[in-house]
Amino acid sequence: MHVHKYERAWLIFGLAMLAVFLCLLAVAAVSNDIVPPSGMQQIDPSTVARTPPFDKPGLRRLPDGSYEAYYVAQVFSFNPAVLTVPVGAKVTFYVTSTDVVHGFFVPHTDINMMVIPGWVNTETHVFRTPGEYLLICHEYCGIGHQNMFGKIEVTKV
Amino acid sequence: MIADRQMRSENRVVIAHVYTATTAIALGAIFGVFQGFSRAGAVDAPAWFDYYRILTLHGVLMALVFTTFFITGLSLFVTYRAIPRERALTVGWIGWIVMLIGTAMAAVEIVLGNATVLYTFYAPLKASPWFYIGATILVIGTWVVAYEIFENVVYWRKHNPGTPVPLVVFCAAATFVMWVVATLGVVAEMAMLIPWAFGWIPKVNVLLTRLFFWYFGHPLVYFWIMGAYIIWYNIIPKRYGGNVFSDALTRLTFIMLILLSTPVGIHHEFMDPGISSAWKALFTVTTYGVAIPSFITAFAIFASFELAAIKRGHKGFIATVRSLPWNDPAFSGAAYGMLLFILGGFGGLVNASYSMDAVVHNTIWVVGHFHVTVGGPVALTFLGAAYWMIPRLTGRALWKPEWALMQTRLWFVGMLVMSFAMHFAGLLGAPRRTSDVSYHGAAVAAAWQPYMIAAAAGGLLLFLAILLFVAVAVGTLLQNRKTESMEVEFAVPALSAETTPGALQHLFRWGAVALVLAVLVYAGPIAELVHAPGYSVAGMRTW
Repeated sequence: MHVHKYERAWLIFGLAMLAVFLCLLAVAAVSNDIVPPSGMQQIDPSTVARTPPFDKPGLRRLPDGSYEAYYVAQVFSFNPAVLTVPVGAKVTFYVTSTDVVHGFFVPHTDINMMVIPGWVNTETHVFRTPGEYLLICHEYCGIGHQNMFGKIEVTKV
Repeated sequence: MIADRQMRSENRVVIAHVYTATTAIALGAIFGVFQGFSRAGAVDAPAWFDYYRILTLHGVLMALVFTTFFITGLSLFVTYRAIPRERALTVGWIGWIVMLIGTAMAAVEIVLGNATVLYTFYAPLKASPWFYIGATILVIGTWVVAYEIFENVVYWRKHNPGTPVPLVVFCAAATFVMWVVATLGVVAEMAMLIPWAFGWIPKVNVLLTRLFFWYFGHPLVYFWIMGAYIIWYNIIPKRYGGNVFSDALTRLTFIMLILLSTPVGIHHEFMDPGISSAWKALFTVTTYGVAIPSFITAFAIFASFELAAIKRGHKGFIATVRSLPWNDPAFSGAAYGMLLFILGGFGGLVNASYSMDAVVHNTIWVVGHFHVTVGGPVALTFLGAAYWMIPRLTGRALWKPEWALMQTRLWFVGMLVMSFAMHFAGLLGAPRRTSDVSYHGAAVAAAWQPYMIAAAAGGLLLFLAILLFVAVAVGTLLQNRKTESMEVEFAVPALSAETTPGALQHLFRWGAVALVLAVLVYAGPIAELVHAPGYSVAGMRTW
C-alpha cells in the first residue's frame, strides 16, 4: 500500500507527539508520583455509620504531623460539612458513600474523586494557601444534588 | 437500472429514520436552551418538571436518539443507493419500528419522572425497569439495521466476486461492526440492571455496571464520529469536485476505528476507586491510540481539498480555502464541523491524560468538550448532510436554502461561544450536571457566573439554529417544488489511488479481532472487580 510522503511525515509527527505526551506522563508518574487516584479499600455501605473511623467522620492528626480526613457522603450532604485545617497541612482524604454515587471535588485543587458506595476513595493534598475552599458533589445524585456542598477552611497558623 | 418505485419505497424507510432524528433534535434543543438559562440563574425549572428530568431528556434525545436514528438512516441510504437492487424492505422497516418502540418506552418513563437518571443511568440510582428495557430495545433495533447493512455486503460479495464492496458501504458497514462490538457492553449492563430494577435481584455491583457502561459509552462517541466520517470521505468531496484521497487509507482508517474504539472506556473512570492505577495508565495509552485514525482523516480530508483546488488551477492555502463551496450548506456544515473537531481533539487528549483529567473531570469542561465534538463535527455534519439528503429522499427542492446556510454559520458561532465558555468555567472548577451553580453565593462560584451567561448566550444561538433547521426540514415536506435531480453520487478515489490490499476488505474478521482486543484489555479490570469481595448495593430513587 502506497502512502504519500507528506502523509507519512504527518503521521510520524502525530505519533511522535503522542509518544512525547506519554513520556511526559511517565516521567511525572515516576518522578513526582503523579498517578491516577485509586482507592482499593472496601467497606460495607450499610454499616458505614458503625465502621471506624467512618463512625466519627472528621479530621485527625497523625504522629508525623500530617492529617487524615474521613468523609461520609450521602444524599444530599457531606459529613463533616465544614473542615478546618491549618495552612500547610498535608491532608489525606478518605471518602465513602452510604447510598448512591457522589462526587468529591474541591475547585482549584487536584482533589477530584468519584465516591462509590462499597469503596473508599482517597487523595492527598497540601493546602498551601489560607482561605475558604468549596467542596462540591460533582456527580448527579438526585433532586437535591445542587445543594450538596461543604466547606474546607484553611486557617493561618 | 433500478426501478423508480423501488427507490421511492427505500427512501420512505430512510425518511422515517431521518425525520425521527429531526424530531429528537428539535425537542432536545428546547430542553438544552433551558438548561443554559437555568445554570445562568435566569430561570428555575418547575417542581413538576424538574431540571434533572429536563437534563435526562436532553442527553437521551441528543446523544442516543438523534445521533443513532440519523446514522441508521444515513447508513441505510448510502447502502441502498450504492448497491441498487430489487430488495424487500421488511428488515429495514422492522429496525425502525423496534428502535422507535424502545425510544418511546424510555421517553415515557423519563417524562413521567420514573427515570431521572441522566443518559448515563449510573447505578445505584434506580430507574423504572421499563426505562432500561426501552433502552435495550432501542439497541436491539439498531442491530436489526446492522443486519440489513451486513446482508447487502454479503449480497455484493456474492454477486461481484473479486470486486471490493463500494467504499461508502464499507464505511457504513464498518461503523455498524464497531457498534455491534460496543453495544455488547451496554446489553451486559442491562442484563444486570433490569432484574435488579424489577426487584428480582436485591443488589447490584456498582463498579461493574459503570465499567460495562463505559465499555459502550466511549465507542458510542466513535459511532457518532464514524457517521460523520462516512459523510466527510464519501459525500463531501462531491460538493467541491474532489475525490477520496485514497481508497486503501480510508478503509484502513475505518478498520482502525473498529479495533481501537472499544478498548478505551476506562478513561472515563480515572477518578473511580476499585480500578488500580496500572489499568488506568494502560487506558491512557489505548485512548491515545484511537487518535491515530483521526490524524489520518485530518490529512486525507485537507489533502483532498487541496488536490481539488490544484485541479482547478488554484495554488496556495488561501486560494484553496477560497475555492471551496462555502455557500453550500452541506459543505459548510461539514467544514465548520471539521474546524470544531480540531478543538475537540485537543481537549480529548487532555481528558485522556489522567493527570490533567484530575483538574477537569466532571467539571463543565467535559460538557464543553463533548459539545464541541458530538455537537460540532458530528451534529453539524449531520445537519449539513440532511440538506443534501432530504431533496434526494423526497424529490422536493430544499425550502429556504439560505436559511440552511445561515443555520450552519449560526451553529458554528453558537458552539464556539458555548463550548469556550464551558471549557473556561470548567478550568475554574464549575461542575457539570447541576441545576444551579451559585452554591449560596460562594466566592469561588461567583467567578463562574460570567461564563454561565456566555454559555447560555451560545446555547440560545444553537437553539435558533435548530429552529432554522427544523423549518427547512419540515418546510421542504410541505411545499411542492420539485428538485432538479435526485441523483446520488459518491466520491471516488483520486486517479493515483492504487489497488487496495485484500486484508483491508475483511470487515467481519476485523470485527472479531476487535472483540478479542476488547476482551483482552478489559479482562484485567473486570477480573479485579469480580475477585474483590466487594459490596453490592441495594440502590434507591433519590429524585
